[in-house]
Amino acid sequence: MKFLKLNFPPYATGLEIAWFFAFRAVCIAIFVFLVAPILVIIPLSFNKESFFSFTSGMLALKPEAYSLKWYRDIFANGMLAPDAPLSLDWFKDSWMRSQWMIALKNSIFVGVSATAVATTLGTLASVGLSRPEMPYRGLITGILISPMIVPIVITAAGMFFFFSQIGLSQTYLGLVLAHALLGTPFVVITVTATLTSFDRSLMRAAANLGANPLTAFFKVQMPLILPGIISGGLFAFITSFDEVVVVLFLAEPDQRTIPRQMWSGLREQVSPTILAVATILIMISLVLLMSLELTRRRMERLKMEAHS
Amino acid sequence: MGGNTVGVHAFRNVPSMKLGSAEMKNWNGKLMLLGAMGTLAMSVAAAEAAQLTVISWGGAYTKSQTEAYQKPWMAKTGNTIVSADYNGGLAEVKAQVESKNVTWDVVDVETSEAISGCNDGLFEKIDASKLPKGDNGASPMDDFVPGAITDCAISTIAYANVFGYDSTKFSGDKPTKVADFFDLKKFPGKRGLKKEAKVNLEMALMADGVPAADVYKVLATKEGVDRAFKKLETIKGSIVWWEAGAQPPQLLASGEVTMTTAYNGRLFTPAVTENKPFVIVWDGQQQVFDTWAIPKGSKNKDLALDFIAFSTSTKPLADQARYIPYGPARKSSAPLVGKFQDDKTDMAPNMPTNPANMTNAIVQDVKFWADHYDELNERFVSWIGK
Amino acid sequence: MHPTIDQKALTRQLATAERRNKIKAFLLVLPLLLFVLASFIVPIGSLVWQGGYSDTFANALPETSKLLAAWDAKSPVSEELVKSFVTELKASKLKDPATPTRVATVVNRELSGSVSKFKQVMNASDLASPYKEKLTALNGEWEKPDLWRAMKIVSPSFTPRFYLQAVDLRLTAEGDVKPEGDENAIHLLLFGRTLMVAALVTFFCALLGFPIAYLLAHAETKTSNMLLIIVLLPFWTSLLVRTTAWIALLQQNGVVNDFLVAIGLIDNDHRLVMMYNMFATLVAMTHVLLPFMILPMFSVMKTIKPNLVRAALSLGATPWTAFWKVYFPQTIPGLGAGCLLVFILAVGYYITPALVGGQSGQLISNIIAFHMQKTLNWSLASAIATLLLIGVLLLYWLYNRLVGIDKMKLA
Repeated sequence: MKFLKLNFPPYATGLEIAWFFAFRAVCIAIFVFLVAPILVIIPLSFNKESFFSFTSGMLALKPEAYSLKWYRDIFANGMLAPDAPLSLDWFKDSWMRSQWMIALKNSIFVGVSATAVATTLGTLASVGLSRPEMPYRGLITGILISPMIVPIVITAAGMFFFFSQIGLSQTYLGLVLAHALLGTPFVVITVTATLTSFDRSLMRAAANLGANPLTAFFKVQMPLILPGIISGGLFAFITSFDEVVVVLFLAEPDQRTIPRQMWSGLREQVSPTILAVATILIMISLVLLMSLELTRRRMERLKMEAHS
Repeated sequence: MGGNTVGVHAFRNVPSMKLGSAEMKNWNGKLMLLGAMGTLAMSVAAAEAAQLTVISWGGAYTKSQTEAYQKPWMAKTGNTIVSADYNGGLAEVKAQVESKNVTWDVVDVETSEAISGCNDGLFEKIDASKLPKGDNGASPMDDFVPGAITDCAISTIAYANVFGYDSTKFSGDKPTKVADFFDLKKFPGKRGLKKEAKVNLEMALMADGVPAADVYKVLATKEGVDRAFKKLETIKGSIVWWEAGAQPPQLLASGEVTMTTAYNGRLFTPAVTENKPFVIVWDGQQQVFDTWAIPKGSKNKDLALDFIAFSTSTKPLADQARYIPYGPARKSSAPLVGKFQDDKTDMAPNMPTNPANMTNAIVQDVKFWADHYDELNERFVSWIGK
Repeated sequence: MHPTIDQKALTRQLATAERRNKIKAFLLVLPLLLFVLASFIVPIGSLVWQGGYSDTFANALPETSKLLAAWDAKSPVSEELVKSFVTELKASKLKDPATPTRVATVVNRELSGSVSKFKQVMNASDLASPYKEKLTALNGEWEKPDLWRAMKIVSPSFTPRFYLQAVDLRLTAEGDVKPEGDENAIHLLLFGRTLMVAALVTFFCALLGFPIAYLLAHAETKTSNMLLIIVLLPFWTSLLVRTTAWIALLQQNGVVNDFLVAIGLIDNDHRLVMMYNMFATLVAMTHVLLPFMILPMFSVMKTIKPNLVRAALSLGATPWTAFWKVYFPQTIPGLGAGCLLVFILAVGYYITPALVGGQSGQLISNIIAFHMQKTLNWSLASAIATLLLIGVLLLYWLYNRLVGIDKMKLA
């Protein structure tokens, strides 16, 4: 590890060196606490047995103790003919009927729709909020952020009562609206943060050059705050993609999403398929994070070169 | 996050970038996204065509139903079935009926709940005489075993609440009697019990020496209820509560408990298919019917009726016993029951109705529970909470 | 126009322009505000309302409710009341067969065992005048005041009884308030437990988060970026995935127990019980919320200049004094923000305790969900939820005052 690099100044006392190592040891322990639980389920998902524990065969690294059957089960569970030979029909069957595939479709549909609503409304509101003339800014920001703060069970219960009355409960529209609501605070926070560094004189310059406000927004402001909008939208999507309580209260069985399916897996039909799904989700987050970090580094390098 | 994506905008401002092609790509990407969303919306909407939502208890049991009922029905009618799991009880049905959001079309309930739900108008009435005849020509009313047909529900199978243990945990004597479940000294370890008054109270009384025939007589009195709770109190500190039928085998396998109550099929399946050291103790078994019912206000009532008629006919009922050792509710199905899906294990000795398993058994008194469920369960819940 | 500037007109013009700008800004915010109002504030309002309103009884038995309101809760009930009760209860079944049981369930929550007595009434076919006698013949309980007192309590539609019940108080038929019997008093215990868990989780997060944030803030950029990924990975991983991981780790035959047995620290027969209890709730919640502590602390620590500490050291302070007196005070804003955020999130936690908490690890959110989904006592669920909401909003207000909501940053 890089941060263990030893370059003690000659005057460092024994105590200081001991403290240096003790501090690093504590930090490593905390990092292990953070990451190990997530990594540990990856090998478990290749378990041949249908339970959540390492078997002696696995510990001895015997290949026959490992299996991909839980990954196959993600596609097969719920299919009409899961044992049919692998063919286009097999995948069609899986795409139409596998519980996880249905959940995936729902998750993406609800997530993308909710993100679209949240990003549009949130960006618009952020532009308004960041104008110096905005009245009651503190109060209104407080209200707009509150869905993030209020415990999700309370929000879900309130929506259950109200949406039931107006016929929105157990509909995709209701789910999308609910998830959009949960996502808006993230958009508002990230976009207003980007807007604070936005130079408003650019908008006046655009107006001076004859752009109408709409053109000015789309051609000048929007491209500059796009990173904020994108990351806000990403947060909104992740919020929806990871949300289970509202789905529990508001969705009917065929509207279940991936986290809802995991929830019933953990509560009802305990199966290691969840570990396989979890492993895939971890891989996705890992790839996402890595690529974000890599692009960030590349951009930084580009910026440096541009400046020099 | 914010910091990370700032890079994107820096990228866009690099003058040498060919903005045209970038925008083009962007536009193509948008089109593709739109197209994908469209397909997705369509497949999400298509799923709403002729489709039936069937709710059952999950795990090995739902699997047996899927193989024996759902798949043949889907193949025959071309309709689709969305299945989901629940853990019994009427709360969810009630919540749907009360909030007028009925999304379940067919639900697998125990007879006592079918009766009380029927009284409370939570289920649609079902005319059993319109069900198909047995394969031997017997009229449905004669073909179903007594108690299998009620006003709102048609039974599929009878299962047993039993208890089982992990044989590797007890080196000497093995548990054989229901009283052994409560003997923490002789058989140390945690106990798994379902988080519900039903079954546990009867079990406690039998373990306390009440003969099977008298259990409900005793339980109908205040003293009897006190006695049952007192017996449960003796192991309270060692109880791990389960709610879903799939949990007991998991609790045993993970070593969380050494003994647990369970639906008999749930212990049978891992023992046979995965060689788990689970042993079922039949002493004090409690038999219950599982039935199909239609929540009041289901949007697919006719489809639901068709599914129920199909799945409770002779052959599907017999087929289910290939996947789980539960007794079919039709007499005409019994002769067709043979081996487990591995084609090796005989099902008969593993059935709750096998005479050897019936030495000290009760059939759950559905009337008793239809009347006393709320009252006893309330006491049970507050007892747990203490 | 006039060559000299018309002061008033200009002021007016400026004010108009100002107002127009205000309206413009407000119009931009309006769509979201309306959306939040319609899909969040109104539903929450309906929840608060539901906590004080329950019309099941009064709707089904309107005349009986009036008579019960007039009854003094002590004297024997009148024939008129009994007649009205029996006829209205029977009639309610015709409209909707679910009504009698619904009413009985409501009464049963005040007096356990009422459901079976209501069922007897519904099943009896020969109830006629004199009603009181006939009813008593059916079950002696109808002669005693208890059942009627319970009905008197539940008959008004607007009622404080759910809010009282949410803090373990009971409304009596006379309208007095008395503490809930020990048997059923559970809510204050759960509120207390929730606060304690939230406090403990906040403490553990601060304890574990501080060194990490320090390391991140003062390591080389490259190293700190790598390490930041380790912090962000759990943050970006699904909550359910992380909870699943803890189940796999902490169960009896789980990875931790297996490891401890393998290295001989514990005996195979005495595996530690770490799952389905308070311990599991604490560990899993600390893990889930730790990034929320590290990130605000990190962003504050990054801005702390090292020269103050160096100055302290060169002035002869010991490293500890320099840290404690000079460095630590500067981290307070980040620490405070992190603690408040973690505490607010922890107080409303539901999923993790529900999955790993067992009986002893259940928090107040879990009892809300329990009443929503299992007992269907929606008014009680609403009342408890409202109290929790008030608590959270107070904390939120505090956060806004101390940290400023616009200072909230996401990673």
